Amino acid sequence: MENLSPHFPALIIIVPLIAALLTSAAGWLNRRLCFPFAALGLFTSLLVSTGLLASVLDKEVILYRLGGWPAPWGILYRIDRLNGLVLVVIFFVAFLNLIANKRTVEESFPEQLGGFYALYVLFVTGLSGMVATGDAFNLYVLLEISSLTGYALIGIGNERAPLAGLNYLFMGTIGASLYLLGIGFLYLMTGSLNMTDIASLLPGFYGSPVMVLAFLLCMTGLFIKMALFPLHAWLPNAYSFSPSASIGVIAPLTTKVMIYVMIRITFDVFTPDFSFKMMHLGEVMVWLAVAAIIMGSLFALAQTRLKRMLTYVIIAEVGYMVGGFWLGNRMAVTGAVLHILNDAVMTLCIFLAAGAVVYQICGDDFEDLKGLFRKMPISMAAFTVAALSLIGVPPTCGFFSKWYLISGGIAAGHYGFVVALLFSSLVNAVLFFRIIEIGYFEPFSEGEGGHGEHHGPPAMEIREAPAGMLACLLLAAVSLIVLGIYTGDIVTRIIDLAIPPAI
Amino acid sequence: MRIIGLLIVIAFGSLLRYGVFFFPEWGDPASPPSLHVSPHYIEEAITETAVPNLVTAVLADYRGYDTMFETTVIFAAGLACFMLLRVLQRQVPECRLYRHIPTGITLRIEKGGKLPTESGSFERIDSNWVPHDLIIKSTSRFITPFLQIFALYVIAHGHHSPGGGFQGGVILGAAVIMYAISYDLRRSIQRIGEQATAVLGSSGVLIYAGTGALCMVLGAAFLDYGALAGLLGVDPVMARSHGILIVEIGVGIAVSAVMVWIYYNLSSAGRHDEGL
Amino acid sequence: MGVELFTDIASKYNYLGVVILVMIGLYAMIAKNNLVKKIIGMNIFQTAIILFYVSTAAKRGATIPIIQHGHNGHGHEVIHAAEYINPLPHVLMLTAIVVSVATLGVALALAVKIYHQYGTLEEDEIRGRLRNR
Repeated sequence: MENLSPHFPALIIIVPLIAALLTSAAGWLNRRLCFPFAALGLFTSLLVSTGLLASVLDKEVILYRLGGWPAPWGILYRIDRLNGLVLVVIFFVAFLNLIANKRTVEESFPEQLGGFYALYVLFVTGLSGMVATGDAFNLYVLLEISSLTGYALIGIGNERAPLAGLNYLFMGTIGASLYLLGIGFLYLMTGSLNMTDIASLLPGFYGSPVMVLAFLLCMTGLFIKMALFPLHAWLPNAYSFSPSASIGVIAPLTTKVMIYVMIRITFDVFTPDFSFKMMHLGEVMVWLAVAAIIMGSLFALAQTRLKRMLTYVIIAEVGYMVGGFWLGNRMAVTGAVLHILNDAVMTLCIFLAAGAVVYQICGDDFEDLKGLFRKMPISMAAFTVAALSLIGVPPTCGFFSKWYLISGGIAAGHYGFVVALLFSSLVNAVLFFRIIEIGYFEPFSEGEGGHGEHHGPPAMEIREAPAGMLACLLLAAVSLIVLGIYTGDIVTRIIDLAIPPAI
Repeated sequence: MRIIGLLIVIAFGSLLRYGVFFFPEWGDPASPPSLHVSPHYIEEAITETAVPNLVTAVLADYRGYDTMFETTVIFAAGLACFMLLRVLQRQVPECRLYRHIPTGITLRIEKGGKLPTESGSFERIDSNWVPHDLIIKSTSRFITPFLQIFALYVIAHGHHSPGGGFQGGVILGAAVIMYAISYDLRRSIQRIGEQATAVLGSSGVLIYAGTGALCMVLGAAFLDYGALAGLLGVDPVMARSHGILIVEIGVGIAVSAVMVWIYYNLSSAGRHDEGL
Repeated sequence: MGVELFTDIASKYNYLGVVILVMIGLYAMIAKNNLVKKIIGMNIFQTAIILFYVSTAAKRGATIPIIQHGHNGHGHEVIHAAEYINPLPHVLMLTAIVVSVATLGVALALAVKIYHQYGTLEEDEIRGRLRNR
């Protein structure tokens, strides 16, 4: 593939796009080709993005001119270490979730297979394009692709899904339109749409209120889409009513990619000088993040259904990353970027486990989870690993990103953030040990006398989830531990060099 | 909720109004957008792409990648409406309405009754039936060919006059939708079925992405139409002009098919039985 | 101060129109009860942003961005940028209009689904029905 390697940045997006179109056509012509096309497209992109990350580690930055035009007249793709990492994460999560949910999709949408897989792959294409691009308006178009397909993937769920999907649509459209308005203000001031070009032209406008307004508009739009407190109200409903095949790809990726976009815009469009020092926004943002963490954790405690509880945990995790980023020092920003990677895989693992549980027992109330450790030992083992990672226990990866975040908080002197992180770990421990405890209880069989009377060994056969689901679940759980062990390498070779030296 | 909404909106509006104070004047030829990137488009587009319509040149060549994703957005919307609404109805509806054309009498046949054959004298009408209107049917039948030719003209002349794939595609889709409204949905589905619209929709976007991939295979960057010069037998500048035409045709096909597809699903709430 | 404000309004009334439309659209999305009114508000909001971009393209005394006699002589005459309006915001807004139509389509599909399920499009009635389950 030597002659194709300079085209890798474009291939990452084009291969899934063409795969999605072929999948949709196959849905009408020959339904058995849908899954192979989708899986092949995502797998090829996974390989290409890994190759791209490997070459970015040597070359610093890879530029790709789409249409052959130089920037700022054409659209430019700019891959550096930060996007390279996020691209690999996106395709890893999407591919694993696709394989794991093959049977679920075939049972829920037997006549519309082509449509579902096409929407799924288009969603991933939109996310990956958002990450790879170096053009502000191109980001908006890809944001809308992933948003529209996301609304549809959520709206096809159970009977409460359309209303939740419509509310998500309203909030999402406000967010994307505010981002577009911010880009419009930047265009009015500089006349350019390319991110590096805007960054080179902006220092002349440092005193202008229009620049401040552009920054606030872009940031508010992104905060709505990443469900930062107090703009998070759409997330619990939208995520808990959607089908488990969709939520496995939407929950780990959407908020994290929005956080990546926030990082990209803050560092590369508005330079760190402006964003951190001149805006004085850091204090407010860290307190908002603290509120998000505490509120997410408290609401999670009040839930009685597994998937809804996990959506509140996601809101708290967004608080970790946003707070860590806006603290502004090197340790905290490293923690935030590391947490993007870790949280995506943790959320994938825990939602795959929840999906396996829901598939087998057809319900996700805490009452239905009794005796699960006997019935589904492997799934619950993976669930336990993911839970330990969310709590922050070494050697899983969750411990290391929390370590960086806490060190960053102490270095910045922001003890409120440190306390919130520790509080959240404690609450996560309570949440997950509660579930594990319920899982260990065996339901009492009928006609049993007093306590502690056994009628022989408990008759609980092992009814595990299907093999494909289990394999992906175990792969996700193992990768949590692998990521934890290799944290040092990841930080020194990728993340340290991805953050600009000004921090 | 109203008071909170009013306060938020007034605060946001005042913030924007304050920002407007610092904008350049409307129509200022020395504003940054007029000075920085766009002079290159205005001055060089015709020598680089041989397309007089600057908007088409920028849309399909300089920023052609955006346009490919824009076509994908409209395709994704069609796909979303299909996934959300489509109900594959297997059972016979409760009651059907038929009109006897020579006399104008409307028959209502309950479930289990004998349905008249759809010959020349009986036609099936929708539940929200409207009086038989000869003028609307005849006029729409008369206008449709002119509409379709105009749509093809708009697509083909996107190079020289305002127009292009999106505009022409919408007009082409509107011709089919007009047939579906003035007659009824079932007849339109008989002519252009759902499978045809769905496959045409994805083929249109595939034409666009395929052209770009072809350029990549021939060695240039993705969507760099200059690489097609050898294949088409012209110089690179004219190859760009032809490349723009090819992708505009792809866009037109995709947009027209998706417009019809969305109409089919939205007007019948997915049942494809009775439309507007 | 008053004169400044007046000349500001007179020379930038297009941007003020955009601000007013943004406020109307946002208010409709937040405060109205009927789902279709919210969808219309969303459309107004997006249209206001499209108007903002397109109005940045205008230039006093310039003509539409189609080079006359272009297909005859391939533009042998020198072209001055100040004679034609800026084509770039129009291109961007073609994309934004398509995105807005696509979002409208998906929103209406969801609204049709909600209507068939709850029988009403008023949000307070739907919430009441959900609470009484």
